[in-house]
Amino acid sequence: MAFAVKLVNMETRLEKCTPIVEEDKYKENYEKLKELLSPQVKELEIKSLKKSVKIGGEYVMLRHELTYINPTAIAVDVDDTMSREDLVKRIDFVEHFKFVYLGRELTLDLLAIRNVSGDPDKFKDTVKFVSENTSLPLVLCSLDPKAIDAALSVMPIPDALPLVYAATKDNWREMADIVLKYKVPLAVFSPGDLNMLVTLVNTLLKCGVEDLALDPGTFVGMNGLRYTLGAFTTLRWKACNDDYKLAGFPLIGTPITAWKTVDGDVKQKMWWETITAALLMARYADLLIMHSLEGWSYLPLVIWRFNLYTDPRRPVAVEPGLRIIGNPDEKSPIFVTGNYALTYSLVSMDIESGKVDCYLLITDTEGIAVECAVPGKKFLPENIAELLKSSGLENMVKHKVLVIPGKAARLSGDIEDATGWRVLVGPMDSKDIPKFVSEKWKPDVLKEILGDDVFKE
Amino acid sequence: MASEKKEKKPIDLISLISNVLSEALSKYGEFELVLEDAIIEVDKLQITLQPSILRQMLAAAPPVEKVVERIEELIMTELEEPKMEWEGKVVEVKIGATKEEGGTRDRSFIVGGETMPPIYRLFGIKEAMPHPPVIAMDVFDMRISLPKAIRDHFDDVMDDPAEWAKKCVNKYGAEMINLHLVSTDPYIKDTPPSEAAKVVEEVLQAVKVPITVGGSGNPEKDPEVFKKVADVAEGERVILNSVNLDMNLDDLCSYLKDKDCVLIAFTPMNLDLARELNRKLFDYIPKERILMDTNTAGIGYGIEYGFTVMERARIAALKGDEELQQPIATGVTNAWASREAWLKMDPFWGPREIRGPLWETLTGLINLIAGADYIMIMHPLSLKTIKEFVNFIREGGEGKAEDIADWVSAKLG
Repeated sequence: MAFAVKLVNMETRLEKCTPIVEEDKYKENYEKLKELLSPQVKELEIKSLKKSVKIGGEYVMLRHELTYINPTAIAVDVDDTMSREDLVKRIDFVEHFKFVYLGRELTLDLLAIRNVSGDPDKFKDTVKFVSENTSLPLVLCSLDPKAIDAALSVMPIPDALPLVYAATKDNWREMADIVLKYKVPLAVFSPGDLNMLVTLVNTLLKCGVEDLALDPGTFVGMNGLRYTLGAFTTLRWKACNDDYKLAGFPLIGTPITAWKTVDGDVKQKMWWETITAALLMARYADLLIMHSLEGWSYLPLVIWRFNLYTDPRRPVAVEPGLRIIGNPDEKSPIFVTGNYALTYSLVSMDIESGKVDCYLLITDTEGIAVECAVPGKKFLPENIAELLKSSGLENMVKHKVLVIPGKAARLSGDIEDATGWRVLVGPMDSKDIPKFVSEKWKPDVLKEILGDDVFKE
Repeated sequence: MASEKKEKKPIDLISLISNVLSEALSKYGEFELVLEDAIIEVDKLQITLQPSILRQMLAAAPPVEKVVERIEELIMTELEEPKMEWEGKVVEVKIGATKEEGGTRDRSFIVGGETMPPIYRLFGIKEAMPHPPVIAMDVFDMRISLPKAIRDHFDDVMDDPAEWAKKCVNKYGAEMINLHLVSTDPYIKDTPPSEAAKVVEEVLQAVKVPITVGGSGNPEKDPEVFKKVADVAEGERVILNSVNLDMNLDDLCSYLKDKDCVLIAFTPMNLDLARELNRKLFDYIPKERILMDTNTAGIGYGIEYGFTVMERARIAALKGDEELQQPIATGVTNAWASREAWLKMDPFWGPREIRGPLWETLTGLINLIAGADYIMIMHPLSLKTIKEFVNFIREGGEGKAEDIADWVSAKLG
């Protein structure tokens, strides 16, 4: 039963139940369950020898209906007219991009190689060079079947599985033959024409090509941004709510087109490229292809992606423990808070921006915000006592006072009993911590409140 | 029955494979068996397979080996329109009042009226966005600490709210002014309501756009400030930003009942509380005078909660939940709380003069597609970009295939 609940909540995979997979008598039920549990949006794998990226696999249109599954993959382009030096520079940017957020490393995912030269041999050489010089999975971008065929011939397939971009109304037959030969996933590109897009999907499925991803065309600006956002929404609605199989594939956005269509300088192009990417992420894109090589273009995207794909059923938590903020000494205050990630980031930022040197004790509230953790019995005095002991704070400060959140005021007696320390009730909102410290954290004021001299040697 | 012990028979692989083969043959007429990693002992003609491979074969065999007729022509298919049924409608709220409407503003705005979530249609957006969202710029009644990217634009006017408001409107094109009477905070200057209200009058003199007046966030002081503001701005249909469940609403709302002002109902990312607050307000204030702010956080700072709560509210409203059918106001300025928006970082991440407005712009646009109707921002570039976006969405063309069809082969800068 527990397993079944997890299964329904998409917290485990059917294949983890080995008997149903291995034993013949369950085969029929296995197939039925598999069909029942299969996502509305097909999951595709794009992989290199070292890394694998999954796109699609989504069950719902709106995040709160369950949760989103595979975060939007971000690809950065290189092209076959670039010098080796430029290729390496771009590869390095993508490989080394890393931003640490709430203790997680946020990174970029793929390289997209474009066939700008028009020459299949040049494309093949570039694909070979890039695939040998990156750990990342690839998207091979050419509308010329000869170039795609040549490029695939130099890749270690099936250990690596690139995404082929793309079949169009003009080249679909040749592209179908190629991907059937190599068994690699195929993007379908029909800019501005959703009827042609589903026509291509329908036809390719009948040809036996089943691993597809859909690009309805990313238009940036006055001429078509509205169409693009509407097209993504329409396709995902059809897949998730109307059970329309022809739309049940990952969606590809190409904000890179901003570089073609946005007037103005490079900054203008990057500005709209980033904005389009962020909006498409919110509107169901499973893969984005970008061109900018600026950190600021990707910084909000990787954080927004992390936020958007956070399971709304499960709060994000930080590690409980002691954090030292600024340069506290033996007379600095000790603040206690919960381990809900947002609480932690708010509190620590309010303290930092107020330039308060202090100790911050993060107690395990199971990732629940203080205001809910107190009535929910997750802000536990005994946990705080244990944490206080293990932190070694006793030997670091010359007082025995804990400052607790204003929202935990009613636990002050219990916390005093559990820890043997005096408790001072802090402000209701952490933004008032700096003011609180400047007004209250003085020997004479503390003496007045707590009745004895807390800094007594 | 239970005591009967079945003798375990060895699995007969040959017959198993035969079964699969014959099943496949009967289904598809043709079957190709590919053996990988298999050891074949030829003299006995016995096939030994690892169970995992057998499993793979059993699972993978039928669809892969389907024999298909070679297709040379496209199978023309039409995408059916999504089957959407929306029953609810967002209330229309008028903000500001012109001379004809009893005020002194140059223009007034209507927000709300949606019968479909934003951008849910390919073409034609009347249902999804009957009125464009209105974008207001923040002005404070005293110099406060603001990120450098904002100070760069307003440093010269930050001691004079009226001049500040003028600059927002005349230079940057703000559609509304969002005045914050922060100095009324008992812990800051404790400016008395009557004095604070004078600043409101000054701003109303300085600019002719509709205005919103915010308090300090103090639940005891704000109601007193709002009463005074409602008095001095009578007829202008100002927005009061905001009322919440911590306030003595009976007292405040009885006072505001017959005043010509709009209220923002603020709740902290909780739809149950949003409904509760709206219900309380409905007892006194007509729905046509209430906006709701379900709370907003910037990217990296809880945006997903704000986004999801807002989207849930709007979807619920359109499905017919009458307690959530108020237009949505959003304090996008909260984006500046994200340190990535204002902190000096390693040069790799670019100057904060770009990151700041980008953070605010993205937070604003993400809110907009979740359903926001009234957007409060601080940076001129955010204002410009969000306005452009609204224009793209409302007036933009359909996109010509030839503009982007060759992006894979285009030489880019």
